Formats: sequence, structure tokens, C-alpha cells
Amino acid sequence: MEPTANFQTVHQDLLRPLAPAGATYKAAVAALAALAGWGGLCWVYMMYNGLGVSGINHPVGWGLYITNFVFWVGIAHSGTLISAILFLFRARWRTAISRSSEAMTVFAVMTAGLFPLVHLGRPWNFFWLLPYPNQRGLQPNFRSPLVWDVFAITTYLIISTVFLYVGLIPDLAAARDAASRLRRRFYGLLALGWHGTERQWHSFASAYLLFCGLATPLVVSVHSVVSWDFAMGIVPGWHATIFAPYFVAGAILSGLAMVLTLSIPLRQLLHLETYITIHHFENLAKLILLTSLIVSYAYVVEPYIAWYGGDRIEQDSFALRFHGSWESPLFWLMVLCNAVIPLLFFVPRLRTNLAALFGIALLINLGMYLERLVIISGSLSHDFMPSVWRDYHPTWVEASITAGAFGWFLMWFLLFVKHFPPLPIAELKGHLVPFQLFPPETQASHEATVARKWDGGG
Amino acid sequence: MSRRAVLGLFVEAPAAAAAAAALRRRGFSDLGFYAPTLHPALEAAWPSAPSPVRRFTLTGGILGGLSGFALTIGLTLLWPRIVGGKPIISIPPFLVIVFELTILIAGLATLLGFLWSARLARPAREPYDPRVSVDRYGVIVRCAAEQSDQAIAALRELGCEEVVE
Repeated sequence: MEPTANFQTVHQDLLRPLAPAGATYKAAVAALAALAGWGGLCWVYMMYNGLGVSGINHPVGWGLYITNFVFWVGIAHSGTLISAILFLFRARWRTAISRSSEAMTVFAVMTAGLFPLVHLGRPWNFFWLLPYPNQRGLQPNFRSPLVWDVFAITTYLIISTVFLYVGLIPDLAAARDAASRLRRRFYGLLALGWHGTERQWHSFASAYLLFCGLATPLVVSVHSVVSWDFAMGIVPGWHATIFAPYFVAGAILSGLAMVLTLSIPLRQLLHLETYITIHHFENLAKLILLTSLIVSYAYVVEPYIAWYGGDRIEQDSFALRFHGSWESPLFWLMVLCNAVIPLLFFVPRLRTNLAALFGIALLINLGMYLERLVIISGSLSHDFMPSVWRDYHPTWVEASITAGAFGWFLMWFLLFVKHFPPLPIAELKGHLVPFQLFPPETQASHEATVARKWDGGG
Repeated sequence: MSRRAVLGLFVEAPAAAAAAAALRRRGFSDLGFYAPTLHPALEAAWPSAPSPVRRFTLTGGILGGLSGFALTIGLTLLWPRIVGGKPIISIPPFLVIVFELTILIAGLATLLGFLWSARLARPAREPYDPRVSVDRYGVIVRCAAEQSDQAIAALRELGCEEVVE
């Protein structure tokens, strides 16, 4: 922030995005809603006609829907890393991007949660996964990673939503006090009577710290549980012990790239250059570099394990991944996007160039999507029995539902940044506290007095 | 005896903290503050015991963990099936469910503790000014109705910008 910033300017700047929307914004939301609606219509079409309208068939029982599920859960993890883990590390730079990242987490988990339902084909039977009394001998298999997923994703969604909401409460009160009529009632309801008393701030500080502590292990555990959907199976290309750290690092990589993808336009469009600076993007680029190196290590270790283990079938599975299968070009594109291109962030000038940051982030998003597709569908398409090996060809239905999911996610994100403070107002004011003990009209005279004393003027 | 509250608005947090100290010396012991953000001067002026929210978190976590064990072990015993050669009570896989429920119930308990401890969702009975959510600090003096004039005079004397009744 500028050294001349004060509480008043921070307050006005960060509530300005909540002003009534223009035509461009409304058109963007309408377009995204239409895209999400088209995805929904295709889902209804699939429910009516059966999963046969998708490309999911033996041996590829898990296709784009599960790829989307893993992709969106992965996206969510960086939001919690930035808002919770970096808070515990007292990394003050994270403040300006923490709110939008945490919102990204909630909407990404919401999007991810749709796909197990889509993939079921008969989503009305989803309740069979829950432990309810019945006379059919149905009980969840608690030893199955699919049931672990139900608990992990539900926990992650609830905790992330509560964490986002609690952090919003002081800023909702600020929005309430600045609004009138209907908006005042709306924000007032959500602010739950927050007035900034000593008791409320004391409880808030304690609760926020505890939420950070609770959310932190979820960053590691949730995507580890998701990775075990694959690693607990015996499919060649899946059954490796490296999957948990591999997936967690990949999740953080894809999430950081999505944070960049969202923050760069957000900063420009909402005129938040004073608060979200190049320094923030540079730090994100450094984190991307770190996680990309970890993922690159996993790309080397996976085939090494197959070679060292001596399992011929697993060795053949990896050989096909490298060359000769439908996913081979996608594999090499994935390596390029996730392992090679992020190395450009070793160049300091590229870490501070907005066009480079945005372009590399988009390529990482693409690369991480392809990684999930290659691992999930690629491994299934050539497992133990060559007589059932078959390429996977997603259909227009799967592509439409995938596109609809992107529309759904972006629509919620756009709605959030327009109707809720996109940056944490109270927390950013807190960063000013050591610098602004007095309002601007007396700050100058105070500084002059201090300067005179230091100069020995008395 | 009826009681009243008056609010003094201050431009600077250290001034508000100093005013609170002076008010205490003058016999006004029931004070509170409003702030747009946490400030070290006000935290020092209102030292408080560790927040009770953490007790809610611990209790919720313990209950969540026990619920996880109860759910997994209890239901598996009710419908005992050998899956994958694992024993009926398979602790390692059950630990995943136990862990997730520990975090979930601890988080929900933390929310409950925060709402209870912060006294949120209750109607406001004391004077409030929207400027305290922008850039002003408020000192609330709670006193007997007949002392309110003294409190207002003290606040003005101690440098408050405005008094809200």
C-alpha cells in the first residue's frame, strides 16, 4: 500500500467495487450463467438418455467427470494455503489476496462437489453413500477411499465456507454502515450485529487463528484422500505411494495458477493496483516455481518406480503414456506446461511481467487439467488385459458439462467480488496501524515534531 | 437505578486508550471500545483473559474424533463384512474418517464459540456511530443515569471528537 494511505482511503477504495454494476458486468454474469445453464441442460440430457451419451465405457470407467472433480478440488487448495497457512506463517503480503483466494476455494469445492453427482449417472441415488438405517443391507464401506472422499470434501466445503464467512463479518459491518435501504438490511443480516467492540475483536482474533489452524491440515489431507481414490486401486499407473504428495503439490500448483488467472484481471478491472501489487504476483510466481519443481520430481519418480519395481505391466503402462497411446501428446504437453514453462519464473523480469504471469498461469491450468486426464483416463485405457484396451474419446456432452462447470465457477466468483468486499478491509487497515497513528491532517505535524526531535531540535 | 451508556469518538487509538485510563482513574470502571481494526494501544488498554473460543474448539475436536470412531466402528459391527481381507474393525482406514470429523466438528464448534463469545446476533443496546467502522475509535462509558453528564464532560475534557448518546 502507498505510505500515504489511511483508513479512510482504504475503506473507500475497497467498498467501491460494491457500487451498482454496469452493463458490461451484467452481460458477463449473464454469459457465464448461460454457459452454466447449457452445462446443466446437457446434464439433464445425459440423465434422461443414460451415461452412454458420454465416452465413458469399458475400460475407461472414469473420464472427464472425475478429471474435473480432481481438477476443481486441486484448485481449491491454494486458496486455503494463502488464507490459512500463510497467515500462520505471518506472511503479511498474503492479506491483499487472501479474501479472493478463499472465495475461489469455496466456489471450486462447490464445483468439484457437482461431479461425483454428474458421474453417478443416477444422482438421485447419491444418498446410498451416507450411513442411514435401511433394510437392504446397504452401508458405506468406510475402508473405501470413495467414502473417505465424501467426508473429506464435505468437511473441506463446510470449513472453507465458515472460514470465509467469519473473516468477512467485520467487512460486512463496514458495508452495512456505508449502504442504505435494502443493501443495508442485506449486509446487516449477514454482519450479525458486529460493531467492533473489544469483546468481538478479541473473539474474532481467536476464532480466526483457530480456523487457520483447522484449515491447514485440510490442505494436505483432502487432496491426499482424493489421490488415494487412485493409489488404493491396483490399476497400473495409479498404484504408487508417491500419489499423495504428488497430488497435493500439483493441487497447490494449479491453485496458485488459478489465483493468478483471477487476480490479474480483478486488479485491473476493480482498480486495486494500490493493494494488489506486483510484489504479490512475484511471490505467487515463486511459490509456483517451488511446486512445479516438486511436480517435476514426481514426473521423474513415477516411471522410475515402475522401472525399479520390475512390474512389467506397469512399465508397459508408462511406456504407452510416453509414446503410442492416445494420451501421449497430451502427456508431453502436460510436461511442457507444468515442468518446463514454469522454469521461466527463474527469470526475475518474467516474475514481474503481468502478461507473462497471466500467460504462464493459463498454461499451467491447462497442463494440470491434462495431468489429471492422463493419469485417470490414460491409465484406465490400457491396464492389465490388452484385449480390453481402448482409447477414450469424450463426447460433446462431457465437453459441454465441463465448459458449464467453468461457467458456474466464474459466475459465482464474479457475483462474489461485486457483492462482497473482495479484499479484507479491516485486516488491511491493521497493516497501516504502525504507520498511521494520526489522521492525515495531524500526521504531517506529528512527523515534523518527531523529525525535529531526532534532529535535536527539542 | 437506571443505567446509561455514552459513546465518545476519538480520532486516534492511543488517545482513546489514554482517555480510557483517565476515565478509570475518575471512577468510571465500566468501559468498552469500538474499533475499525485491532490496535495494539487498545489491546493494551483492555487486557483480557484468553478467549473461551479455544475451549469450544477443543471440545468439538474431541467430540468429532469420538463420533468418527463411533460411526465407523459401530456401523461396521452392525453390518460386519470382510472387505479386501481387512479385519471387521480396520483402524487405519477408519482414521481418515475420524480425522475429517475431528476437523469438521471442531470447526463448527469454533463458529458456535465465536458467536457466543462475541455476543453476536443480539440487538444492540448501546450507542453506535457508523464512523467507528471507518476510521474512528469509540470509548463507551456505562454508568448510572445521574452520572451520565459527568461522563460526557469527562469525555470532552479528554479530547474526544464527538459524544453520541
